[in-house]
Amino acid sequence: MSSDAKKVLTGPIVDNNPIALQVLGICSALAVTSSMANALVMSLAVIFVTAFSNLFISSIRNYIPSSVRIIVQMAIIASLVIVVDQVLKAFSYQLSKELSVFVGLIITNCIVMGRAEAFAMKEKPVVSFIDGIGNGLGYGLILMLVAFFRELFGFGTLFGIEILPLIQNDGWYQANGLLVLPFSSFFVIGLIIWAIRQWKPEQVEKD
Amino acid sequence: MSSNKETPLGTILFVLAICLVCAALVSISAVGLKDKQDANKLLDQQTKVLEAAKLIEKANGDIVGTYNKYVDARMIDLDSGEFIDSDPLLFDERRNARDKALSIKPENDIAGINRRSNTAVVYLIKSDSGSIDTVVLPIIGSGLWDLMYGYVGLESDLNTVKSVIYSDHKETPGLGAEVLNPKWKALWPGKKIYNDAGEVKVKLVKGGAKPNDIHGVDALSGATLTSNGVTHTLQFWFGKEGYAPFITKYRAEGVK
Repeated sequence: MSSDAKKVLTGPIVDNNPIALQVLGICSALAVTSSMANALVMSLAVIFVTAFSNLFISSIRNYIPSSVRIIVQMAIIASLVIVVDQVLKAFSYQLSKELSVFVGLIITNCIVMGRAEAFAMKEKPVVSFIDGIGNGLGYGLILMLVAFFRELFGFGTLFGIEILPLIQNDGWYQANGLLVLPFSSFFVIGLIIWAIRQWKPEQVEKD
Repeated sequence: MSSNKETPLGTILFVLAICLVCAALVSISAVGLKDKQDANKLLDQQTKVLEAAKLIEKANGDIVGTYNKYVDARMIDLDSGEFIDSDPLLFDERRNARDKALSIKPENDIAGINRRSNTAVVYLIKSDSGSIDTVVLPIIGSGLWDLMYGYVGLESDLNTVKSVIYSDHKETPGLGAEVLNPKWKALWPGKKIYNDAGEVKVKLVKGGAKPNDIHGVDALSGATLTSNGVTHTLQFWFGKEGYAPFITKYRAEGVK
């Protein structure tokens, strides 16, 4: 892999993270992070959709009339999202029951649209595909981090396996009800952004 | 090609082509995966029925085989309480509840379901000796956020509870969603739905049921509205607009 391609892949993970730096895709990061399993499936779905929408849009970028380019991008993204939803229903019914609504909302995830418009419309297909995977990974990393804290302290479990025994199950841990609710992700994401900017001060916006 | 891509005709042709390709992609995935999706849905439902009948451990992974061996799904008419000839696999409660010809508006809609299908599926569970030792009845009722769907497993006296299993709900995680907590579910076996006079007495008790309370189960802490929903759901479905006619008839006549 050339160093350019590597940069495209790993750049969005920390240096140019779509959630932490560009503050995109927050809505779904609130909704699906109450458990690690949900966050993992959602991350995989977003990686798949971003990568393939970038690939397809980039392959036809020279033929897309600019007057309808957003609609064409939406059509491609929406089709991919429906495919993901159908596949989930067929192979993981239990998860799809919980996630179906949010998978549908990947269409409105600004990251997918943003990468299509900002990257895939200008770059070659393969590098666009890699860019899609990179941004999906960046999104997924934050999702998993948020879900880690929310599931561990909100339910005392990780991937459904008991880590901190709850009082209601005769343990000692009083679950933090705040972290169960979606808006608590704001605090967790805020803390993550703060941590990343402590580590990489160049990400701090100038006044 | 790129010279004429901005003309109206070129734009329209391009959009048409994209639409065709996308439509084909979506249709292929929807049609191609339909069998598997339907099978999954059925498997999910059968798993819940077996769970309500306390046969999950016995099934040991073989859901379909165990279901086919022990479970007899039958359609009933809720108003008369009689068995009717109809294929339970074709029954769709949500579709019936939307159809005015196939459902009624309950007079006393405490469960908040708006319309109730005229028919329902009951699951008669046979024991190894062939006699019916458990009856599983589907229940529906409003929780805090939305309708909650579940099953009640009853002993053969159709009064003693074996289990209350929710299969589909949108309650708050950690609060109302504790209806799925194994500890809470373990409180149900042995509780009685009716008192000696035949009145529906089962309910959730805020602050905890007394140990000798045969009708009461602890309410879910922090989830008053979900708990009320569960109480009302049970009181509706075991009342005269629910399964009461069926239960009366079944006790008198058994399975025909």
